[in-house]
This record gives sequence, C-alpha cells and structure tokens, in this order.
Amino acid sequence: MSKQKVNLESEPEAALFRPIYETGKGYYIVIGIFIAIFLWAAFMYFNQIRFGLGVTGMNQTITWGFYIVNFVFFIGISHAGTLISAILRLSKAEWRRPITRMAEVITAIVLAIGGLHPILDLGRPDRMLYLVEAGRLQSPLLWDVTSITAYFTASTVYLYVPMIPDIARLRDQGGKLKWLYSFLSWGWTGTEHQKKVLNKAINILMVMVIPIAISVHTVISYIFSMTLQPGWHSTIFGPYFVVGAIFSGIAALLIVMIAFRKVFHLENYLKEIHFKYLGTLLLIMSIIWFYFTFSEYLTGIFAAEPHEMHIILYKFTGPFAIFFWGMVLCNFIIPVIILSFNKFKTITGVLISSITVVIGMWLERFIIVVPSLANPRMELPMGIYIPTITEWALLAGGISVFILGFMVFAKIFPLISVWEIEEGRKQGLKEVEERIHSYLPGTP
Amino acid sequence: MSKWRMVIDLDKCTGCGSCMAACKMENNIPIVDSKEANEGGVLNWMDVITQYHGDYPNIEVDRLPKPCFQCDHPPCTKVCPVRATYLNPDGLVAQIYHRCIGCRYCMTACPYTSKVFNWYEPKWLDGPYKCFNPDVSIRMTGVVEKCSFCSHRLMKVKEDAALEDRPILDGEYEPACAEICPADAIYFGDAENKNSEVYKLSRSYRASRVMDDLGLEPKVYYLSKRS
Repeated sequence: MSKQKVNLESEPEAALFRPIYETGKGYYIVIGIFIAIFLWAAFMYFNQIRFGLGVTGMNQTITWGFYIVNFVFFIGISHAGTLISAILRLSKAEWRRPITRMAEVITAIVLAIGGLHPILDLGRPDRMLYLVEAGRLQSPLLWDVTSITAYFTASTVYLYVPMIPDIARLRDQGGKLKWLYSFLSWGWTGTEHQKKVLNKAINILMVMVIPIAISVHTVISYIFSMTLQPGWHSTIFGPYFVVGAIFSGIAALLIVMIAFRKVFHLENYLKEIHFKYLGTLLLIMSIIWFYFTFSEYLTGIFAAEPHEMHIILYKFTGPFAIFFWGMVLCNFIIPVIILSFNKFKTITGVLISSITVVIGMWLERFIIVVPSLANPRMELPMGIYIPTITEWALLAGGISVFILGFMVFAKIFPLISVWEIEEGRKQGLKEVEERIHSYLPGTP
Repeated sequence: MSKWRMVIDLDKCTGCGSCMAACKMENNIPIVDSKEANEGGVLNWMDVITQYHGDYPNIEVDRLPKPCFQCDHPPCTKVCPVRATYLNPDGLVAQIYHRCIGCRYCMTACPYTSKVFNWYEPKWLDGPYKCFNPDVSIRMTGVVEKCSFCSHRLMKVKEDAALEDRPILDGEYEPACAEICPADAIYFGDAENKNSEVYKLSRSYRASRVMDDLGLEPKVYYLSKRS
C-alpha cells in the first residue's frame, strides 16, 4: 500500500484534517486495550450463549438486570446527538457549527450498541427473527424495535448527508482510502445547485429527526409503564425518560468534546464559550430532571398506595439505597453546584459534572428497573440482584465499542464539520448581522 | 364454553407441599441443584409460598399454594412480542416453548410472579426418578414456562368425551395438584356447571381472589375465614 503524503500547509482548517493523516503511537496502544476489552466481552457473551442466561445475576423474580439497564442507558445517551444537533440547527444557533458532527456520531454509534442490548438479554437469540416473522405489533417491545430502527436509519442519514462536502474535500486531497471517499462523496463538486439540494435535505432531515428521537425514548419508557408493576406504571414516564435521555446525552457529548479537544488539539475550534453554553444547557436539564423525579416520587408518597409505597421505601432505605442517593447526588447536587456558579463553570468543572451525570443517569436506569422487580406485588420472599462478571464484562464491552467506534471514525472523517465552519466564516457573520437588524424595531 | 376454576381451601391446606412435588413429576419440571436454587433459579409451576404477617411475637404465618392464576384478562399475553403466550380457546393461558425468544417481558408484566425461566439447560434427577411424562413437552434453555392447569389432561378428557358424545363430567378433568392434595384442599372444575362443587365454593362467603382489584379476573379462588 503506497501512502501518499498529503500537503496540508495551504489548508486553512488544517487542524481538523490532521487527525486523519497523522497517527501517533498512543493511538495504537489505546485501540489495542479497547479491542482486548471487547474480545473479553465477546468471550463472556459466548459463554452465556453456551451455558444459558444463568451465568448472569438475574433470577426468577428479578428477570431484568444489567442488559435492560444498559439498553435504556445507551439509547438515552444516543439522544445527545441528533436531537441536540437538530435543535441547534433549527434554532440557527451559530455556535453549533463545531459541535453538530460529534453529536451525530455519538448517536449513530451508541444507538447501534444500545439497540443490540435487548438481543444480549434474549434467552434464545437464535429465534430473534421471530420478531419479524411472528411479531405482534400490540407488544411494546415491537414498538421499540420499530422506533429504534427508524431512529437508526434517520440518524445515520442525518450524519452522512451533511458530511458529503467534507468527504469530497478528502477525496480531492488525495491520500488514503480514495476509493471510499469518491464513492461516498456522490460526485459532489460544490456547485450552487448541489448546495441548494444539500441544504434542503438537511432542513427536511432535521425536522423529521426530532419527533423520531422523542418517540424512541418515550416508547422505551412504555416498556415499563405499560405493565402493572408498582414503580413502573406511571403516566409521567414518557417525558421523564426523554428528559433523562437528553440530560445524559448532553453530558456524554461534553465528555467526548473535551476528550477530543485535548487529544487532537482542537482548542481553536472548541472554545470555552461552547462549554459554557452547553454547561448551561446541562444545568437546565438537571433541574428539569429533578422536577420530574420530584413529581414522580411525591405523587407516590403522598397517595401512599401500599405497593407503591413499599417500593419507594425500598429505594430510599433498602439494599439499593446507596444507588438511589448516589443518583440524586450525581444528577442533581453536584452538577447544580458546579454549573450554577461562573467560578466553577470552567472546562474542568463541566467535565466533572458531565462524568457524574453520566454515572448518575446509569444509576437512575438501574433504580427504575431493578427495585420494582425485587418487590413484586405478590408477597414473595424478596430476591436480590447481584450482577456477575459476565454482566460487567458486557457493560465494559459496550463502552469499549463506543470508544473504538469514535477512534475509527476520527481516522476516516473529520470530527468537526469543515464546510460548516467555513460557511460560518464566510456567510454566518453577515447573516447574523442581518438577522439582528431584522429583529430590531424601526429599521426598514 | 367451559369456565375452568380452581378453588384452594386455605383452612384445609396443611402446607405439606405435595402439590409442588406432584406438579414437578407431572410436568417434567427440571430439578435445579442447590447452588442454582440459592441464586433464585428454582422452577416452580406450583409454589407454596409463605407469608408472614405481624411482628414478633404475634406472627401469623400463611401458606399459599400458588399456581398460575390463568387470568381471564392476562397482562402477560398482551406484552409478548411473538405471541409465544396467549389465551387459548379453553380460556387457559398457554405457552409456545418453541416460539418463545426468552425476552422475559411476560414475567415482568405478571403481577402474580407466576412465570419462571429456564436459566440453564434443564437437568433431572438420575436413576429411577428419571421417567418423563410423555404428554408434556420438555422445555429447552432460555424459554419461559409456567403452570398450564395440566392442559394436557384436558386434551385427553376432551377427546374421551367427544368419542362418547357426552359433556365433560364434573371432576373428570383436574390437574395433578388437585388430584394429589392429601387434605383435599384443592378443588377444580367447570364453573359453568352450576351443580359443580367449584361453582358453589367460588360463591362462598369465604372465597376471595388475590388482588381482585387489578381487574385481571384470575381463575383461582382462595377460601379462608381469615381474609
């Protein structure tokens, strides 16, 4: 394989292309570590198929554990992307330009991971295609299959379409993977007509993607709220899950942004202001999340229906209490304290609060799924759920696929939309000025 | 159309557990080892559960033989993504083991926790105990199963009755647990037949159903002076 050296000196946005052409030693070490973790997880899953789901910590009363928790969690993270990027594009927020691409990549990768989790959970994955052959659309599980498939399709298209001009740039620069770039760039040359079509396509997609994204997490909450289980059977679950999803999604996006800013030296593109704005958004979501949690528990406590109350007390004081209070600490107390004060709202502060939010949102999913199952309506001897090494391995595997996906993506495509940055430099400034003029009273 | 009902007289029940044993033999239910049992992997179609009420020293102990309640409006069949569990024409909640994908959604949807899952490849005791009931299919790992009211017995009884061109007699069809109960605490029959014992007992002032307020119309009645 002949490697052609690409000359980036005449390229104004060289920093964005550099990661694609220059690979350090550290990259291979990190990728090796995560491939090892992934292989370990794959081996554990193979074991699970061989011996049965008994190798997990699940039992006859607690029939859903880590896999369903991770499923809800990963799908939640995936809301970062497309939804945030679509909302920012739709509201013409100019500061979105360096963020949207990364957000969309998160969605595509995490959605693939999350969507596979119910399959890890199946007792008979070999019969998975019965979902198509004999699927009952009356089952909330099939609603999920439908909406996740729709979301995955929409979000990958939404990731790909705005990437076409950048792919064409990579094709024209020469160098590696030329066949791939010329195939994916679809003959883009940047004519006026092509630009018009592209903008139209992006506009249609971003409007379409928002309702799909919201439906996905609503439908995931329906899996729980459609049953009669106390603690699950709640009308608030749809919006509550959507809010939680956006909340954890923004946190994941911030972590990814900070990591790549550091690794690929993108300080010039991802500035403090981006983290300040997204940090404010995270703070708002944290408060909305608390509002929903508060409403959910207060209605339960005030009405004090015995089964409901039993589960609430179990969450507050039972064996999972540490996770419950950990969730409150991670999702509300720490981020609100850090993000409310300008003094703490530095990039480090935002990073700390994002990490706690991601952990806290995982705990929230856990606290929703497991305690309700541990306390069935029937007064049975209570079960306890202790996840085994298999389940931890598969969680680690999921996270490593996420990181690997990002690392591979960063080596093939630019992580920041180059043409949108250029568009911002050339047209954005003028447009914003005109727009502000049009808001002001009295100007003709 | 028959309305099969089970009535369990808790004032007669001694909590001996014969029903559980008979059920295991009748339905080829795998026996798990003690390690699996401690992990909560026991498969009981009929389970005698123990409930404690009150605080020490005034503790009241209830023993409740609990089969699947075969609801008339089952919440488990509603959620199954592949129709592996459904309300069959006899009014019983049936399982299709070869269709089940093992998602366990029906187990979480059941408020009575009646369903069990095959966490491992099923195992049975060795030696003379290992004789399967040929009328009941053997389940594989990774599928959900539960009490069927011994519906294989109903199939047989229905065929006999059809051959002789007569209705099914009272007491002709009963599940293994009702047959074995040494205290005669389990009654079974057709509530459509107004002369049947089940019909009379289910209208007794002592009769109640578990969590009747959920509107699932379970087919199992409990008789107790205490409740």
